[in-house]
Amino acid sequence: MKKRKIGLALTALLASGTLLAACGSNDSKEESKGGDNKDAFSVAMVTDTGGIDDRSFNQSTWEGIQAYGKEAGLKKGDGGYDYLQSASDSDFTTNINNLVRRNFDLVFAVGFKLEDSVKEVAAQQKDAKIAIIDSVVPDLDNVASIMFKANEASYLAGVAAALESKTGKIGFLGGMESNIIGGFEAGFVAGAKAADPKVKVDVQYAGSFGDAAKGQTIAKRMYDSGADIVFHAAGGTGQGLFTEAIAQKKSGNDVWAIGVDRDQYDEGKVDDKTNIVMTSVLKRVDVAAQDMIKRSAAGDFPGGETVTYGLKDDGVGLADSHGAISEKTQKEIDKAQKDIVDGKIEVPEQPKK
Amino acid sequence: MSQRMVNILVPVVSVVLGLIVGAIVMLVSGFSPVAGYSALWNGIFGDSYNIGETIRTITPYVFSGLAVAFAFRTGMFNIGVEGQLMMGWLAAAYVGQAFEMPTGLHAVVAILAAAVAGGLWAFIPGLLKAKLQVHEVIVTIMMNYIALHTANAAISAISDGGEKTEKIHESASLASEWLASMTQFSRLHWGFVVAILAVIIMWILLEKTTLGYELKSVGFNKNASEYAGMNVSRNIILAMVISGMFAGVGGAMEALGTFGNMMKMTASTGIGFDGIAVALLGANQPFGVLLGAILFGSLKNGGLNMPNEAGIPTEIVSIVIALIIFFVASGYLIRLGLERMSKKNKDTQKIKEGK
Amino acid sequence: MEYVIEMLNIRKQFGDFVANDNITLQLAKGEIHALLGENGAGKSTLMNVLFGLYQPEAGTIKVRGEEVKISDPNKANDLGIGMVHQHFMLVENFTVTENIILGNEPTKLGTINIKEAAKKVQKLSEQYGLNVDAYAKIEDISVGMQQRVEILKTLYRGADILIFDEPTASLTPQEITELIQIMKRLISEGKSIILITHKLKEIMEVSDRVTIIRKGQGIGTVTTAETNPDQLAEMMVGRQVVFKTEKTAAHPKEAILEITGLNVKDNRGVDRVKDLSLTVRAGEIVGIAGIDGNGQSELIEAITGLRKVSSGKIILKGQELTGLKPRKITESGVGHIPQDRHKHGLVLDFPIGHNIALQTYYQAPISKGGIIDYKKIDKLAEKIIKEYDVRTPSAMTEARALSGGNQQKAIIGREIDRDPDLLIAALPTRGLDVGAIEFIHRRLIEQRDKGKAVLLISFELDEVMNVSDTIAVIHDGHIIDTVSPKSTTEQQLGLLMAGHEVKKTTIDKVGGE
Repeated sequence: MKKRKIGLALTALLASGTLLAACGSNDSKEESKGGDNKDAFSVAMVTDTGGIDDRSFNQSTWEGIQAYGKEAGLKKGDGGYDYLQSASDSDFTTNINNLVRRNFDLVFAVGFKLEDSVKEVAAQQKDAKIAIIDSVVPDLDNVASIMFKANEASYLAGVAAALESKTGKIGFLGGMESNIIGGFEAGFVAGAKAADPKVKVDVQYAGSFGDAAKGQTIAKRMYDSGADIVFHAAGGTGQGLFTEAIAQKKSGNDVWAIGVDRDQYDEGKVDDKTNIVMTSVLKRVDVAAQDMIKRSAAGDFPGGETVTYGLKDDGVGLADSHGAISEKTQKEIDKAQKDIVDGKIEVPEQPKK
Repeated sequence: MSQRMVNILVPVVSVVLGLIVGAIVMLVSGFSPVAGYSALWNGIFGDSYNIGETIRTITPYVFSGLAVAFAFRTGMFNIGVEGQLMMGWLAAAYVGQAFEMPTGLHAVVAILAAAVAGGLWAFIPGLLKAKLQVHEVIVTIMMNYIALHTANAAISAISDGGEKTEKIHESASLASEWLASMTQFSRLHWGFVVAILAVIIMWILLEKTTLGYELKSVGFNKNASEYAGMNVSRNIILAMVISGMFAGVGGAMEALGTFGNMMKMTASTGIGFDGIAVALLGANQPFGVLLGAILFGSLKNGGLNMPNEAGIPTEIVSIVIALIIFFVASGYLIRLGLERMSKKNKDTQKIKEGK
Repeated sequence: MEYVIEMLNIRKQFGDFVANDNITLQLAKGEIHALLGENGAGKSTLMNVLFGLYQPEAGTIKVRGEEVKISDPNKANDLGIGMVHQHFMLVENFTVTENIILGNEPTKLGTINIKEAAKKVQKLSEQYGLNVDAYAKIEDISVGMQQRVEILKTLYRGADILIFDEPTASLTPQEITELIQIMKRLISEGKSIILITHKLKEIMEVSDRVTIIRKGQGIGTVTTAETNPDQLAEMMVGRQVVFKTEKTAAHPKEAILEITGLNVKDNRGVDRVKDLSLTVRAGEIVGIAGIDGNGQSELIEAITGLRKVSSGKIILKGQELTGLKPRKITESGVGHIPQDRHKHGLVLDFPIGHNIALQTYYQAPISKGGIIDYKKIDKLAEKIIKEYDVRTPSAMTEARALSGGNQQKAIIGREIDRDPDLLIAALPTRGLDVGAIEFIHRRLIEQRDKGKAVLLISFELDEVMNVSDTIAVIHDGHIIDTVSPKSTTEQQLGLLMAGHEVKKTTIDKVGGE
């Protein structure tokens, strides 16, 4: 599943955070001695098979951990912060075990694929604290589950799409049907219908997260049938959406695409002035990771619980539209966001069957 | 130098060479080879946990190596071990979770199901080769893709759209609390015993049975075998099926031992492809395959500890391990070359002597 | 005499085995010098020493009077020694010129000047009367022509001493005649030739002198004009050789094999055996004479069940074989010595012992309950190796490592040991030396004398005439005539094989005997 990508902008954002940290490096160098401090809260993570630089969940988590490490003046390695990569599914358990045995105070397991390994190690190593991202592991006091309310951000994207559409028809391109992608679909459709009850939403699944050609075929069909804004939650398949949108734009069609997971603005470049990415639905894994670390360091490790990050916690959100969204629409989006945070709007978690 | 000395020296020298070149790679990339290799050593033998995990890693390699070697010995190139292993994995995972059976029997049935599934998957290329002369390499490669996506679809179907199958029942599990407690909760399971049995079975099959004689004969020379009254088609199919069965049981090790279920996969496991290297390292001999798998599995598992203990990036670790295996393989080739030469000479001499 | 090559007291040892012991060979300028010996006598070893592939343990080599050390083939090339290999080393889809310059390409600024090379090749070809087209592709030219390319290759590299390794092994009679002319032409142009062979006929025809080696020992050198084939054969084998196998008159009894109206198609669906009828009786050897490709292979494959019969009947001892599986046919009493022993007769990668069990491995006592008793195989192998004089270091030696004659002896042992009522021997002596040929012929006659039926297929007229009691001449898929060897000449047989019906008055029919 490549359903967990973070934005380039996010990277930039984090980089600036790192820079800020670096700016204060005069004292951070002295603080770095604190890295040897036995009392420091140490953190590590295990990637899934995507690797540490996957421009997605793994990378984002690691950036969150690094940001924490810099802030706390820790060093990479034992007693500070570290990561281990998994080359195959059978490495998960070994890697988690290795980190636990190195006495890291908190170990992140990135991705639902690690669920079984987390259960296994947590049951054996009672003293370990493990946080798993994108999966729910209940009933284990030493495991915290981190989930994202992608449906909330998708709702905002739905509002934006419905109001910005000139044809009254928009599209949703999903990867493979599952609960996680279902959240995106449900939020998007609900947001669109709430903003404009007459809007038509064309929902289609590609059956794959890696089939850009199929993504393009579906996108073409949507645009040709009158949809002018298409939102994808389809990983690599979504690349086909951008390709098609750029082609449509070049031939004079006024179409837009909405990215997912990370800010996909860079993927939608037509020329220096034109871009077809209206906005992107963000999952802020780094924010979640840092929050989890802080809570745990403060002695508030939410073992056995599922912590869900939504709009309220900045765990999800919309990326900068670079002016593609009108101020009028933006106001509606802001209003919807406030209503969701305030609990006035309840965003459905799964599409209606 | 005596032959015995050569036999001992060649592998030692080639391992040392591999280690030296690996060390250079680490040095050039700015890491300490000493720390790296001590981490590798600890990752393999460091404590009982590592030893347990090492043996667990070795187990599926034994099967994929045997599968490839068996096919080689009977004149077939089975590049489809990967797919057969996956089908075996799927079958064992399904039987393990869908049925209720007494402990022990359940595991045996699940392993047999895996063997049947792997065998059936290999039956197709065997049949095509025997009846239509379609080259098995292309068919088995394609069957790998089909297996990957078939398995993913089947997992969806079995788990109601989920990402993985339910965990197998305890009764089908090869995992053992006793083994786990002996090895500080490693995932060591009884599969290694099955692997050793498989090595012995392959040896008996090839070296002791009439069937093995026929399979080897057909593998070496179809025409002469046909002239001697053997059913060539039947033997080709059987060779593939038996090879596939070894692969299938390898999959069962993952289903019943390491994971306890099967999850959707985006790419092949790699175990089947590594099996080709394992088989060649082991000279396609059953006990040689066991040694090859031990080398492969140990380095694979030990390598995991190099980033962990010495902070060496996974990429560098992969290069170092590949180098060691490469040098062991070429050392083996050198020796094989030497043996061939001296053997040929001896043979021809003796014949000349006889004349 | 002026010698261009002198190999004096050469000794070559592998481990504790002496392949060449004190062998002396002196090649005079402008002569064709034959090197004669049985398969495995050490001829190749000696030539490999000369060509720099082996280093001798003792002895000296002089080239044009100067003592030299030939460390590798390149050195041999530099000394003007060229080898025409038995198995051509040519790239099939390259042209003649490309093959000749291979590894020795004339380059100009990194590009090959093919045209110039081709010119040179063409000129050499004309000079020596080789008649080779420099631009022809190897795959398009005949075997004889390919051999000339090999000769050209050595000439192109400036060789004036040519070694021919069994040059006639794969040639047709016509091509052999041409080759002999070419060799004589080479001599007239100032070259010297060493001819490795075990064929006495050729030696008598072409050579000036002969050096004979036996079991690695130099036996001596004789002048061809002063010797005769019998003497040469005796020197080669170490005892008297009987060329014409002695045999008593046949006493044919009941019919063992009866073929009536047989039709068989080849792989492409062309009729190869057409309405063929043939009877082989107990106690006689029926020889099928014919030119290659007249349906012999298809006939044998039909009898042994390896090929489908379109129509007709094959009956063995009154029992119909048609349509049965090969194994059933073997079990009902047919032994088969296949015409291609490497392709059909042996599993070359198996030990020779396992090959000896190739027909019986599945039967008791060797196999019981699916388990093979390899000790029983060894026992059988040892028995046959002993009885049939198969020369091999052990039963565990790979069949590949044995000489052709010994491989064939093992096959014959395997087939005869099962005591078949009908023994089919297809080209049983192809490529073998006189000693082995004699041995095999005697074995076939022995079978006949035991009251078995023998069907011999051969392309060699000598063999058919010598061994058979009755000759059935096959042409275009059917038996054109059946004659007695006693009352038929080779010429008459040759005419029949070419498809000419011969007037009945000239040949006594077997039936009329």
